[in-house]
Amino acid sequence: MNPLQKVVEKTGWPRLIIGLFLLSLFIIAPFAGVKISTSLNDTLVRFGMNGILVLAMVPMIHSGCGLNFGLPLGIIAGLLGGTLSMQLGATGPMSFFIAILLATPFAVIFGWGYGALLNRVKGGEMMIATYVGFSSVAFMCIMWLLLPYNNPTMIWGYGGTGLRTTISVEGYYLHALSDFLAIRIGDFVFPTGMILFVLLLNFLVWVFMRTRTGTAMTAVGSNPVFAKASGVNIDRTRTISVILSTWLGAIGILVYQQSFGFIQLYMGPFYMAFPAVAAILIGGASVNKASILNVLIGAFLFQGILTMTPSVMNSLIQTDMSEVIRIIVSNGMIIYALTRVKKGAK
Amino acid sequence: MKKPDRKSVIFFLESNAVPILFLIIISIGVPYSGFSVDYLVQEIIIRLSRNSFLVLSLLVPIMAGMGLNFGMVLGAMAGQIGLIFVTNWNIVGLQGIGLAMILSIPLSILLGWMSGKILNMAKGREMVTGFILAFFMNGVYQLVVLYGMGSIIPIGNPSMVLSRGYGIRNTVNLINIRQTLDSLIPLKIGNIQIPVATFMVIALVCLFIVWFRKTKLGQDMRAIGQDMHVAESAGINVERTRIIAIIISTVLAGFGMILYLQNIGTLNTYNSHEQVGMFSIAALLVGGASVNKGKISHAFLGVTLFHLMFVISPMAGKNLIGQAQLGEYFRVFVSYGVISIALVLYAYRKLKEKERAGTALAEAQEEK
Amino acid sequence: MSQNAPLLEMRNVTKDFFGNVVLKDVSFSIERGEILGLVGENGAGKTTLMKILFGMTVIQDTGGYGGEILLEGKPVSYKSPLEALDDGIGMVHQEFSLLPGFTATENILLNRESTNYNFMTELFGDRMRTLDRAEMKTRAEKAIEKVGVKLDENTPVSEMPVGHKQFTEIARELEKENVKLLVLDEPTAVLTESEAEILLKSMRKLSEEGIAIIFISHRLQEIIEITDKTLVLRDGRIIQETPTDQTDIEEIAQAMVGREIHAEGDRAEVRTFNAPHLIVNNLWVDMPGETVRNISLEINKGEIFGIGGLAGQGKLGIPNGIMGLYPAGGEVRIDGKTIPLNNPREALDASMAFVSEDRRDVGLLLDEPIDWNISFTGMQMQKRFLKPVLGGLFRLRDDKAIEDIANHYIEALEIKCMSPRQKAKELSGGNQQKVCLAKAFVVEPDILFVSEPTRGIDVGAKKIVLDTLKEYNREKGTTIIIISSELEELRSISDRIAIVDEGRISGILPASEPSKAFGLLMLGKVDSKGDSK
Repeated sequence: MNPLQKVVEKTGWPRLIIGLFLLSLFIIAPFAGVKISTSLNDTLVRFGMNGILVLAMVPMIHSGCGLNFGLPLGIIAGLLGGTLSMQLGATGPMSFFIAILLATPFAVIFGWGYGALLNRVKGGEMMIATYVGFSSVAFMCIMWLLLPYNNPTMIWGYGGTGLRTTISVEGYYLHALSDFLAIRIGDFVFPTGMILFVLLLNFLVWVFMRTRTGTAMTAVGSNPVFAKASGVNIDRTRTISVILSTWLGAIGILVYQQSFGFIQLYMGPFYMAFPAVAAILIGGASVNKASILNVLIGAFLFQGILTMTPSVMNSLIQTDMSEVIRIIVSNGMIIYALTRVKKGAK
Repeated sequence: MKKPDRKSVIFFLESNAVPILFLIIISIGVPYSGFSVDYLVQEIIIRLSRNSFLVLSLLVPIMAGMGLNFGMVLGAMAGQIGLIFVTNWNIVGLQGIGLAMILSIPLSILLGWMSGKILNMAKGREMVTGFILAFFMNGVYQLVVLYGMGSIIPIGNPSMVLSRGYGIRNTVNLINIRQTLDSLIPLKIGNIQIPVATFMVIALVCLFIVWFRKTKLGQDMRAIGQDMHVAESAGINVERTRIIAIIISTVLAGFGMILYLQNIGTLNTYNSHEQVGMFSIAALLVGGASVNKGKISHAFLGVTLFHLMFVISPMAGKNLIGQAQLGEYFRVFVSYGVISIALVLYAYRKLKEKERAGTALAEAQEEK
Repeated sequence: MSQNAPLLEMRNVTKDFFGNVVLKDVSFSIERGEILGLVGENGAGKTTLMKILFGMTVIQDTGGYGGEILLEGKPVSYKSPLEALDDGIGMVHQEFSLLPGFTATENILLNRESTNYNFMTELFGDRMRTLDRAEMKTRAEKAIEKVGVKLDENTPVSEMPVGHKQFTEIARELEKENVKLLVLDEPTAVLTESEAEILLKSMRKLSEEGIAIIFISHRLQEIIEITDKTLVLRDGRIIQETPTDQTDIEEIAQAMVGREIHAEGDRAEVRTFNAPHLIVNNLWVDMPGETVRNISLEINKGEIFGIGGLAGQGKLGIPNGIMGLYPAGGEVRIDGKTIPLNNPREALDASMAFVSEDRRDVGLLLDEPIDWNISFTGMQMQKRFLKPVLGGLFRLRDDKAIEDIANHYIEALEIKCMSPRQKAKELSGGNQQKVCLAKAFVVEPDILFVSEPTRGIDVGAKKIVLDTLKEYNREKGTTIIIISSELEELRSISDRIAIVDEGRISGILPASEPSKAFGLLMLGKVDSKGDSK
């Protein structure tokens, strides 16, 4: 095998194609009249917005629970934290930290229940996770209508009850992180605070994975019987990983919102797991192995494509095919990963 | 017959938990919805004629141990493409339906073959793969229909094409074939219309499934469904048989989609197929089927119960709490919830069964 | 096709797995209607030999085999078991390959069903033919009759007793039209005595009809009783090939275990102990295929205690049950303190360690490096290999310490590897076993269970493993309980040896007793089941 083949083998065709695709987009961009600085800026912002949601995949992949298609559950915890923080009247950047604080107990409780469920369905986690995510989003649709929120910026204006579908976080935690130490060069804005926060959480997870519990987690994912024989409580370790993933999902959505500017309720979180799953896979993870590097590379590549395709495509062929490309790239990547799992280590 | 003891009653309740739960929800909901019996009966008949075929298309892969075929959406896409062409060529009535079905067959076979190939690479996780595959192919479908049609694939009928000159509009009026099959043999009992011809087609597919189970191929699928390795070592070509199972399901789903849309009368080019997989699977599960067991009776019971719930929940929600919206969210929640429960129960039982083998000796020791 | 040629002949069949020779120059032949008994310890090469005969893909994947196989004088080389079946060679597996939800009939005729024509076959081919249930029933009944048992052909396999499953499997092979040669791999292991009797009878009947049989069994009594010729394999070579009526159990057993004289000289000094350390009372363990029914043992401090017995009798269940890996009951005490069962953590906390017989699935993290494998249990159980960070706020993995300990054991146990970061799955079986031992040594246990330590590893590695255990016992005073199918291995290292038969102890003898005494215990010749109660 020559070195080139080796590289292809190791990276995998889809990943290589996606990487080359993105590279070509950046090369074409100036000729198509797209400003690189704006594109790069957008890519960075979206990297920051999605970085933690992608990170939320890592603990569960490590512990052998597979891809966290149940991410919406964590997002719901984040939504509860965000809305409660606004309801309680917190404003400004402070409301962001209160949101995180309030989201945490929900994330822990949801994650614990979700983990307990996944422990009872070992081997069928991913499909069930998907539907747990879906069901919980649908259930919360009912709850958003019924819960007694009364902050006027959040509820339906015209005499209706229940929360709006999109709530602006302006005056609350809009750009709570993004504006922190932000660097402006012309129209290029580097969202220092957000990027630092994303890197910080990535670092913390990296550190966690090197503790005794984190090591046990990796072992449980690698070979549960081995871990059991070494005195590790498999179910407990898996539950911890699910709680951690769920909590990261909650934080992730809050970071997303502070940059995006809106809280999206109801069916908003429905499909949010898929881009995150696709991103970490593009970054080089598989169904049972993932690293922090995979998170960073994946989030950057995937978000890069999402920002670059519409602008470049639009100016080239006057058609916005980005949605279709997004669907094909992200789901194609997931299928690729699912069909490459070796069943058993034999 | 001996009297049913407590254990068997519990077993019955346990194995039919989902249909029973639905019966309870419906019996609470019906009075609150305020609908008349006539209306509800009519609705059930419409829904049965509209959806049964689609639900029945799920049975073959279950038999072959491939679980719920979330990839049936691929067949629905093939059916829709058939309908787009038929509408474009302005072919009317039964001929239109027939031609659409014929057009869908090669497409369904191609898609089914591809789907089967991919699922063979993801043994043991067929469902989640099929589920993502449906999303993936939705992207390809959009690429073809939204960008390819009218530009590469000629579409002569301008009313179907978007104003920009290519791509099919969001809705296609299927007036040419609208309910032609349903009203072919008109029958009215009291106030209730019965689409006899459609039911005859459905009966035909039921007969096909019953017969198919008795064929050598059907027997091979059952064998593979139980244990792929044993079937393989007996010389059954496992991969090929699994692909055939998926192809049959995809072709049937294509036909089912055409029947479904001839009843509805309009095609939502980019949405009709998306929900069909989820609703069909939910309906089958509500009827008491599970990931590894599905009967024809489950399909009919399921369509009846599930769609009854669908019909009544907005009104029941409005009358109960004062919000129709709530009922709508409720039914979405129930659709997803019921699939979740079925998946959880299946996975849980499978795990339990593994453990149960282990408890046999423990029990024997306890009794000593 | 010459009528004088034997039915099947193997000439100089040789096979190695990545340089590890498992079969060397195996030549033998079998005539029509002959029953050949094939015996050998676990790992002697019986299974590999049969895999070669049937053209299992694993053989091709690992580089094929040397020598040739002739069927009725014609050289054959099968690419898959199906080709062998076409030539009339059938196999009844040790593990059942039956479909639980199918009836006996459906299983017997699996993929050979009787079918009827209908018009759809013109369109879609023969698989559209419908099943002819009546014809299938008659055929199944005929096959069952051929086996000579009573079996309801309509019972689903899942509801059958084990014996009936075995008969269904045999019936399936016999139903094939042209069956000439049948391989039965330990068919009596799961049968009751009377069922085994029936099976032997039907084997005799089949041989009268001209069907040759290769009968693989550990039950030497059965071999003597039924076979025409006995073939003993050891370490991949044929040690003995004699007409059965010219040999006896003892001679066969001798040939099987071999090394008698050599091992005798090698034995350790006679040691006596009188401090009961680990006490096991009325233990039962539900380990599939290795059920422990009722076992009581007293093991002394500092002793090396061997547990032997034939495969499937329950010897492996003992450590797996005590260590909490399989559901178990009864009482386990160490120095008077009761150890709760069914929880690996409790067992590990009581300073017991276990080197599992199942290296790949239990013993190793195949996808992780050697140093992780070695240090993992120590880290989880004893919080070692961690270093405090931020003034002891929390502790992180100490990669340096992990690498050091790995290097230490790589040297001490002569683990052949490129670096301590090499993944465990890339090592050979022997080196993997050493990694497993190192993992156990790291926690410095008080009691060490070692299960089948030399299974599937080459001779050189075997010696290192056994010597290491012995040394460890002498130096640290660790109580070692070694479970092995190879009697001579046990005798060379243990102080006392218990033999397990049918989930119970059939006897405990000092290792210095002659092999024959243990052999007889294994074969269930001594009725001492009452003793263990």
